[in-house]
Amino acid sequence: MGERVVVAMSGGVDSSVAAALLVEQGYEVIGVTMQIWPELAPEEEARRGGCCSLGAVEDARRGADLLGIPYYVLNLREVFAAEVVDYFVAEYAAGRTPNPCIACNRRVKFEPLLRKALELGAARLATGHYARLEYDPARGRHLLRRGVDRRKDQSYVLYCLRQDQLRRLLFPLGGYTKEEVRRMAAARGLPVAGKPESQEICFVEDDDHGRFVAERAPGAARPGPILDAAGRRLGTHRGLAFDTIGQRRGLGLAADRPLYVVEIDAARNALIVAPEEETRRAGMLVRDLNFIPFDRLEGEMAADVQIRYKAEPRPARIRPVGEDEVEVRFDAPQRSIAPGQAAVFYRGDLVIGGGVIDNVFDG
Amino acid sequence: MHRVYLDHAATTPVHPAVAEAMARCLAETYGNPSSIHGFGREAKKAVEAAREQVAALIGARPQEIVFTSGGTEADNLAVLGAARARRDRGNHVITSAVEHHAVLDACEHLAGREGFRVTVLPVDGAGRVDPDELRRALTPETVLVSVMLANNEVGTVQPIRELAAIAKAAGALFHTDAVQGAGQIPVDVDALGVDLLSLSAHKFYGPKGAGALYVRKGVRLQPLVHGGGQERRLRPGTPNVPGIAGLGVAAELARREMAERAAHVARLRERLLAGLLERVPDLAVNGHPEERLPGLLNVSVLGVEGESILLNLDLKGIAASSGSACAAGSTEPSHVLKAMGLAPAALHGALRFSLGRGNTDADVDRLLEVLPPIVERLRAMARGCGEPAGRA
Repeated sequence: MGERVVVAMSGGVDSSVAAALLVEQGYEVIGVTMQIWPELAPEEEARRGGCCSLGAVEDARRGADLLGIPYYVLNLREVFAAEVVDYFVAEYAAGRTPNPCIACNRRVKFEPLLRKALELGAARLATGHYARLEYDPARGRHLLRRGVDRRKDQSYVLYCLRQDQLRRLLFPLGGYTKEEVRRMAAARGLPVAGKPESQEICFVEDDDHGRFVAERAPGAARPGPILDAAGRRLGTHRGLAFDTIGQRRGLGLAADRPLYVVEIDAARNALIVAPEEETRRAGMLVRDLNFIPFDRLEGEMAADVQIRYKAEPRPARIRPVGEDEVEVRFDAPQRSIAPGQAAVFYRGDLVIGGGVIDNVFDG
Repeated sequence: MHRVYLDHAATTPVHPAVAEAMARCLAETYGNPSSIHGFGREAKKAVEAAREQVAALIGARPQEIVFTSGGTEADNLAVLGAARARRDRGNHVITSAVEHHAVLDACEHLAGREGFRVTVLPVDGAGRVDPDELRRALTPETVLVSVMLANNEVGTVQPIRELAAIAKAAGALFHTDAVQGAGQIPVDVDALGVDLLSLSAHKFYGPKGAGALYVRKGVRLQPLVHGGGQERRLRPGTPNVPGIAGLGVAAELARREMAERAAHVARLRERLLAGLLERVPDLAVNGHPEERLPGLLNVSVLGVEGESILLNLDLKGIAASSGSACAAGSTEPSHVLKAMGLAPAALHGALRFSLGRGNTDADVDRLLEVLPPIVERLRAMARGCGEPAGRA
């Protein structure tokens, strides 16, 4: 038998096919599912369909049984609660827009889960992410590229991977389209072929993140003023937990033209809104950096910068301005830059790196 | 692969004689014990024979045995049934911090939904309840005390005789969850002085889905389910005749072979412990050194996650445990070890080996061969050196 590989199985079609492909490639495959959410009452369990819920465990176990591989549920509840849920709530409460999937990858999936995989004697951890890994022997670096299926590409949530993690990972689906993956699932009789896509945030019910945050951080559910750029009060918001940068609807404003949230001022518990033509910003400062083809950015470089999971990358210049900080200046001003979200730098389909958006600037 | 089963505290393989009796019962004794015809009478006879066998195992009278679906139901019937039946006398229930969740959750339900006050007695570092703690906790309102006979995670045996006498003197009923003890160590309900006692067939080579509650004559319980007169109205429903027959045969065999089985597993346990102490550095033994089940060994491998060891053992075909498995099969830090005050490193590194009648010296040798390199490798990884080997 080949090298031992642990595959993270969520019960969904992607990770099931990833496991199947590895088995077919001759690896000795072990399936695992992360248990991340506290045990729930049965009625709540039934309502929730999150990627690592009990239902998901049952689906993943069925998939593993079908493939004839050992399967384990690993308890990562404590670390998930501390590193993902608490971070998510604290970021919203601070008026920022968190990305919990990146936090999960960075602090849970590719840290303790990877460690547990290695403890199981595996050489690598595999996941069903749509991204491609590549080794550059000339520079001795492991590289990350976008998945072949551009619409499903998940490299954005993987920018934070370090070399010591990348060399221990496998993304078997990076070279396939979602359609191909669905066909492969059907062809193999995997029981998950027709399942709906995972919800937006796996631990938030009905995608109602506002209510989720408000229940855990009541301060983020205090009504406050909605102001325009000149500081005039235009209305009242329900609480910062319910709002994000770029939002237009649901503000309850009666203005003659659409107004967008351009800033969340947690110190004043205020939302700042502006008409469409005033929402664009020249650039941003990005911190908490990780680079993949090299360790640090030495000088200015051109890159395509993506500021949300589903956003189009935009051409920009990035240059180091501090120890762990770069300035990103877009070739053309950008809308809806949300502090707290990740900015990921690309050159074509190659991931250069990324960081967390800290500050937005004009001019 | 030489597969080794060292998880008899979770469940045991069915004894061939038990399986045979059950198969015969399934094939031939299919009547409903409540029916008046010959088929029914035969089934009734099988159930009553089993009742005698179970009663004999614990020194009870047959009419004091109520068959249930297992230990969890027996515990629930005892705790909820006794508390509810005695609601007019008081609203206080006492239990211990190391009980099985069948008892703890039933008590929590009484506290959360039915207006009872529940006192949870602490335990010492070996997992034992201090009788003085019980004395202090008892009030005129106390209607029930529930303390387990032997702990399922560390094997510590409680001073039940003393605890039951204290409860009785204060006018409270005494229940003991003997799921992990009955069939393994001598149990006599009169000598112990308990009013209620739960047991489960699959912990002593009987089938899953069959258990019993001993209910001392004169003790009143409120049933959990309604719908017929079976089991003195305490457990209505057509009895699980093959399961009960299997429980009966398992009880009979356990009674007859108890000393022999205990000596066998005790010897293997000593060998296992000696081997581990010799080959695995930084190992702590959990539980009481003397007052314990003969075949159970709980140790903490310091500096390593018990879960990682277990999974590596499983990949080598060796079955052990790190405490109670939750519904989804992942491990949680044990409430028992926490109550015993173990330090975090000992808590996370806990492993339970529970031996049974089928284990051999070769099984122990196999574990002693496989475990030390796993621990070494995991410790090396935890120290940050030692590249993970491609093959474990």
